Amino acid sequence: MSLKPLAMRDVLLERIWQAMAEDENIFFTTADFGSPVLDKIRSDFPNRFVNVGIAEQNLINVSAGLALEGYTVFAYAIAPFITMRCYEQIRVSLALLSEVRPMNINLIGVGAGYSYVVSGPTHQCYEDITLMRTLPNFKVLSPSDHVCSGEFFDLCINTKGPKYLRLDAQVLPIIYKNTLPNLDMGFHVHHNDGGVCLIATGYMLHTALAVAEKLRASGYLVGVIDLFNISNFDADKLQAEIEAYSGIVTLEEGFRGRGGVDAMFFEFISRRNLNTRMLNIGVEAAYHFELGSRVELHELVGIGPESVQQSVTLFIQQLSD
Amino acid sequence: MKNSSIDLRKKSHWVWRETLAIHRRAPETRIASSLSCVEIFVALYYGGILNYDSKQPLIESRDRCIISKGHGSICMYPILGDLGFYPLDELERVCETGGFLGGIPDPVIPGYETVNGSLGHGLGVATGMALALKRKGSDQSVFVVAGDGELHEGAYWEAIMFASHHELDNLHLIIDNNKISMLDYTDKIISHDSLATRFSAFGWDCFDVDGHDVEAVQETLLKMKKNRMAKPKVLIASTLKGHGVPGLENAALSHIINPKPELIDNLLEQNS
Repeated sequence: MSLKPLAMRDVLLERIWQAMAEDENIFFTTADFGSPVLDKIRSDFPNRFVNVGIAEQNLINVSAGLALEGYTVFAYAIAPFITMRCYEQIRVSLALLSEVRPMNINLIGVGAGYSYVVSGPTHQCYEDITLMRTLPNFKVLSPSDHVCSGEFFDLCINTKGPKYLRLDAQVLPIIYKNTLPNLDMGFHVHHNDGGVCLIATGYMLHTALAVAEKLRASGYLVGVIDLFNISNFDADKLQAEIEAYSGIVTLEEGFRGRGGVDAMFFEFISRRNLNTRMLNIGVEAAYHFELGSRVELHELVGIGPESVQQSVTLFIQQLSD
Repeated sequence: MKNSSIDLRKKSHWVWRETLAIHRRAPETRIASSLSCVEIFVALYYGGILNYDSKQPLIESRDRCIISKGHGSICMYPILGDLGFYPLDELERVCETGGFLGGIPDPVIPGYETVNGSLGHGLGVATGMALALKRKGSDQSVFVVAGDGELHEGAYWEAIMFASHHELDNLHLIIDNNKISMLDYTDKIISHDSLATRFSAFGWDCFDVDGHDVEAVQETLLKMKKNRMAKPKVLIASTLKGHGVPGLENAALSHIINPKPELIDNLLEQNS
């Protein structure tokens, strides 16, 4: 396990490149989006690498055709484009068709949330969790570091059906240095101290861990859970975790109140009749054009470390009232 | 399975009648666009063009037939039933509870490969299949039947460029060129003039035919299938929407006009 933080995409692509040497059943498609590791894939496996050009609708259609013929397909592009530019192709030829025709197709979207910091709203992605989790038959995977991203390769190979991997474009600190994420469970408990539990996905796990440490230093009890499989997790185990807390806080780098992780937990709590109070932290639903660092942009929309710390502190105080 | 000795004209007439009869029972079905492509499908399925096994619809050795103009392919219902993909008496419960032949065909129907009702998806998925067959070293062919109205979808042109770049000469696109979309003649909406010139410019081999001359369609498709010259192939079949139905044939709004039941009854009686 590498101790040096790496890009999520490079670690996943490295696993794919290694596997393509032994498994002739893997095809890689892209909509003209690259990476240093991708150069190895296209030079070593030219017959199973296809760049469809800047044409995401065709990326999905061609990938569906390859998958229907039995290939395991990895399709690769920038996150907002591989989800929203071709949403009906995804709905019809992946989600709907996989109801009756088996296929293994894995959409790799790079650029979760604000990770293309200076590129503005076209390249940033705050809607994809909502859109992809609403599609039946789709699995939505959202790693918090490169170790988790690399581990998803096994899940992609071993599990049929369409999947969406939401990768960060930046190199993030390593979370899973000493232990691997439990893929079967779908989430990982980083602290279970009682009090309130911060449940985060992707980049927001890093914010959650930083905020939890500060709150703990101020004497609060705070747990942290990394939810990296948004669509398929061990619901009983997650319920047992949640019930140990007086309240939970969801954190996502996506629009708040628009059907993302927050909505998933509303439904979870309601369906399981849990007596859990909840705070939802996400991006206020508006498009912004200001420039700044990722943390500055996050503070602007209410999901930066300081904003989160203030919101969670207030939530804890309300819980004890 | 091939039936090269079958009388294709008689079969086309039977399919035309059965399609009208289905519409008589299930007026939710789109009749006009399903009558322009009768001879195309008869040539494909009875004319020795497609390899298929009606008892194993997804057998690896089949040619792939993608019916992109899904809603305008109700004429496939009698064909697939006749060929044994499912019992012919399924035609009696089109659009009815418990049946599987709906107003728009779904991929649960044996013989349908993909999702087709939403337009503009067939060719792109077919190009992926054609590329896969090439990479697998398979000789099977891929056929796509599309409407000319579908060519307004941008995704089609992404696939058209892709197919010629990858020299997919196992790919055949048949355009049911009835020249009418839902609200008007396609040339009045966004013009399709010089379709062959357009496809040639995109690197395709172009063929044209009278789409209601079933033997000519068969002959052209046989020639196209044999021709593997590093180019995808398109057949522009000139057809009439609502073919053979007075008031419907070539009418601008034929897509949304339902012929009166008495008219269908008279037609079926006169053309028995």
